[in-house]
Amino acid sequence: MQFFHDHILTVILFTPLLGMFILLFIPGENKSAVRWWGNIAMFVSFLVSVPLVFRFTSEAPDQQFKFIEQYNWIPSIGAQYHLGIDGFSFLLIMLTTVLGYLAVLSSWSSIRERAKEYYAMFLLLQVGMLGVFMSLDFFLFYVFWEVMLVPMYFIIGVWGGPRKLYAAIKFFLYTLAGSVLMLLGILTLYFRYHTDTGVYTFNYLDLMKHAHSWPLTMQIWVFIAFAIGFAIKVPMFPFHTWLPDAHVEAPTAGSVILAGVLLKMGTYGFIRFSLPLLPQASADPTVVKWMVYLSIVAIIYGALVSMMQKDMKKLIAYSSVSHLGFCTLGIFALNPHGLSGSIIQQINHGISTGALFLIVGLIYERRHTREIKELGGLSNVMPVYATLFMIVMLSSIGLPLLNGFIGEFTILQGAFEANWHWAAWAVAGIVLGAAYMLWLYQRTMFGKCENPKNQVLKDLNLREIMTLAPLIVCAFWIGLYPKPFFKVLEKPVNAIVTQVNPNFFAPPGQPKPMAISLGEGAPQKSAEPLEILQMGVPKEKH
Amino acid sequence: MWATFFTKSDYVAIVPEILLVIFGLAILVLDFALFRDKRDKFWNAIFALAGVGFAAWQLLRLWGARAGQPAYSGFEHRLAVDGFSMFLQLLILAATGLVILVSMRYLDIEEVHLGEYYALLLFAAIGMMFMAAGTDLIVLFIALELMALCEYILTGFLRGSRRSNEAAMKFFLLGAFSSGLLLYGMSLLYGISGSTKIGVITMALENRPAGDPLSWVAMVTLLAGLLFKVAAVPFHQWTPDAYEGAPTSITAFISVAPKVASFAILVRLMLGGLRPMHVEWQVLLVGVAIATMTVGNLAAITQTNIKRFFGYSTISHVGYLLLGLIAAADGNSDGLTAVVIYLLVYAFMNLGAFAIIILMRRKNMVGDDLDDLSGLMARAPGCAVLMLIFLLSLAGIPPTAGFIGKYYIFLSLIETGHYYLAVLGVAYAVVALYYYFRIVVVMFMKKAPDSEPLATSPGLALALGVTVVMTLAVGIYPQPFIVMAQEAVRPFFM
Repeated sequence: MQFFHDHILTVILFTPLLGMFILLFIPGENKSAVRWWGNIAMFVSFLVSVPLVFRFTSEAPDQQFKFIEQYNWIPSIGAQYHLGIDGFSFLLIMLTTVLGYLAVLSSWSSIRERAKEYYAMFLLLQVGMLGVFMSLDFFLFYVFWEVMLVPMYFIIGVWGGPRKLYAAIKFFLYTLAGSVLMLLGILTLYFRYHTDTGVYTFNYLDLMKHAHSWPLTMQIWVFIAFAIGFAIKVPMFPFHTWLPDAHVEAPTAGSVILAGVLLKMGTYGFIRFSLPLLPQASADPTVVKWMVYLSIVAIIYGALVSMMQKDMKKLIAYSSVSHLGFCTLGIFALNPHGLSGSIIQQINHGISTGALFLIVGLIYERRHTREIKELGGLSNVMPVYATLFMIVMLSSIGLPLLNGFIGEFTILQGAFEANWHWAAWAVAGIVLGAAYMLWLYQRTMFGKCENPKNQVLKDLNLREIMTLAPLIVCAFWIGLYPKPFFKVLEKPVNAIVTQVNPNFFAPPGQPKPMAISLGEGAPQKSAEPLEILQMGVPKEKH
Repeated sequence: MWATFFTKSDYVAIVPEILLVIFGLAILVLDFALFRDKRDKFWNAIFALAGVGFAAWQLLRLWGARAGQPAYSGFEHRLAVDGFSMFLQLLILAATGLVILVSMRYLDIEEVHLGEYYALLLFAAIGMMFMAAGTDLIVLFIALELMALCEYILTGFLRGSRRSNEAAMKFFLLGAFSSGLLLYGMSLLYGISGSTKIGVITMALENRPAGDPLSWVAMVTLLAGLLFKVAAVPFHQWTPDAYEGAPTSITAFISVAPKVASFAILVRLMLGGLRPMHVEWQVLLVGVAIATMTVGNLAAITQTNIKRFFGYSTISHVGYLLLGLIAAADGNSDGLTAVVIYLLVYAFMNLGAFAIIILMRRKNMVGDDLDDLSGLMARAPGCAVLMLIFLLSLAGIPPTAGFIGKYYIFLSLIETGHYYLAVLGVAYAVVALYYYFRIVVVMFMKKAPDSEPLATSPGLALALGVTVVMTLAVGIYPQPFIVMAQEAVRPFFM
């Protein structure tokens, strides 16, 4: 028990791997044993992460990173086995373990071929994703970042749709191209740190302390290398083309994980690495301008393209581009509201879009089509399904009382504080978002159910409701009472803003308490809306 | 009488090679005298393995005895016993041993299970070990020719196959031409320095005026000869043909062991003898490395014969190795460490991949077409997963050994400021993933064309076990191997 207590992150990280090894010894012909074990292993992986929830706030309250484990791994290059989490990674880890289990549960009846490999791949994928969110060593981070590509490749490539091979290799090549550039960026920082201090290290905390002394030119180059890697993963506007292909071809559970967790790695990378390690570059007006413009383009473009889709899954895939645009916009607002809103929105997107993909998967399993025009009037045949779909859809649109609203509102608040033009453009994205989702819902659920194939569809069974229920509970939770989430994020967000935008907070010597939770007042030095409106120009931060 | 020239410790330094000679000759005699029957031929392999084992044991003893001491220079500075030579010799022995393991069943199926095969492998290994240790042009050249001649014969070992004969002929003609070039360079160096010893050549070159045309010509011809041996562009044309025609076990052999030995010479001559000219040869190598990576990676994309495919894949790996040497030219020890680690990693992962390909050769199937691997996952899941690990490693995806190799190359390039080469290197790593995954697609996502069982054997299983353990061990816990490699390159950066 002591080991479990002291090494909780290691336990969480490697439980799925252990599950996978045991799975390998179960004969593949015994499908029901394989299926049960896949679900049990994934559920246990979720269970071991639950103690984090109870221990997180009480453990080491004054430290930025908690549950730290640090051991030498490759001393000759300075790489360490170094795990630790803050509020941000904590939320993403919980999202990963929850969605991971739900994704596997949702495949109970839809995966009939090669089930053993399927569950093995999901368990391996889980290790990679958790490792990315836990690593505080850049080398270790990179290893997990790449490890996760292989199982995802197989999930798309083996159990995917008709163009699965194309989609799978496109996903792999795009991500790899970005991540190898990121590796060069990592190495540049590594050697720069050595030149400055004489120590070879990949330790995130050490690198971060030194970040302000690096010359701007180098920071910009490394920022570009990182940004390409992360932007492909997010995906930001010009790098997004792999996403619709991967989503459309992937099996339902693959789409859920892809949208719910994998995309978050890009935004996670920006917040965890780009901003704190390259503070001057991240706050450079030109860089911020470009990142924000790309985000706004993604918001509007993603929404417009969504509206025109004939395939439900593709529509949701493009809506991800739009939603992730909000997340990157919030990041590059570079203030507490923008960042915390962005993180909340990442969690929201995991919940809402994950649920939307599950919903599409449920209808696909019944009808073997995702064409919108093939459906229609389903609310008469499948009332439970229609109700759940409605809740999820509204949460994705950002209706108050549901989670999407909280995230988008906070991001807009942050964007407004930075530059009200940005917020104005982003609001257009929200309107469009409501339009395409409502239209989708109208076309599939309302009207007369005329297609005879649709008239005989069965409503959801208990297992299917159980897969959606946790997500809907979370959606209401964040929508009604988001305070615990903001509370957990307060410290990491403030630390990152202090690092990247030191002028944001009150001048040194007079520390003022920062409140970032909703409704407790804006930060002291944030721009007052009235003043900006009168002047008609954005207020300069520096 | 010999004692007046050479001391006893000189002979101690070459005990492993002497053992290999004894075992090689013994195989020739015993094969003729005792193992005439077809069923007894495997004894030859056992003998050869024993020879490799004894040689490795002696080498390890030597390594233990020399640990922590300055490099020993035997035979009046003609042979170096240092960390570098012993590390690479051990690697050569390991590769030879693994090739012997994978050969037995294969030769039975090809019906050419002859004793000479193993004797020639051992003789080639002797040549390669001297290549790793030699510090004298004559020693190096003779060692190189010993290796090359054995290679030519082994490539044409399938006497009944026209492809094999053609491959051997091409290999021989081009190889002889390159040896001529190499010898020309060596004779010029002798003319410049009046000695064949590398140490003397270094001093002589240091005294030459800057931009001296004679030493430049010597350097270029020497480099051309050596680049042929490592299959760098534009001296690579023999590679795909020789790989395709040779018996698969020999393809595995010549794709690994001679690369290790040839890189040993390349390093010894470039960082040893020709170090005063490092600015000049670095420029040439940059061009060669870029061309090598480009040709290797782009040509591999369209191959359908798996042996040709691996021919081009080898060329691309040679490109990465040259990048490490380029970084080392700036006096960067990480560059050479990268080369040594990459050789280690490459040897095991490539031999592992070839072991799987050899499994495909069955009585009525050639098994060297890409499509022959179809549905391997359904037929033999274990083999498919092993192949996946080797391919991921070849593509440089962590946590496999290949990543550590590539990582070290990029690390040395960034450290020495070769940013453009680093970006190019990573770009080609993405291309490489694409073509290695063509094999993965075939193995995991296509239906099996036949149900003929694979040609497994205990030797192959053992070889697969060793290679996969090494591929994963270097990838997951590279620390001891990095330390070993750093120790090995120390003689060059005193």
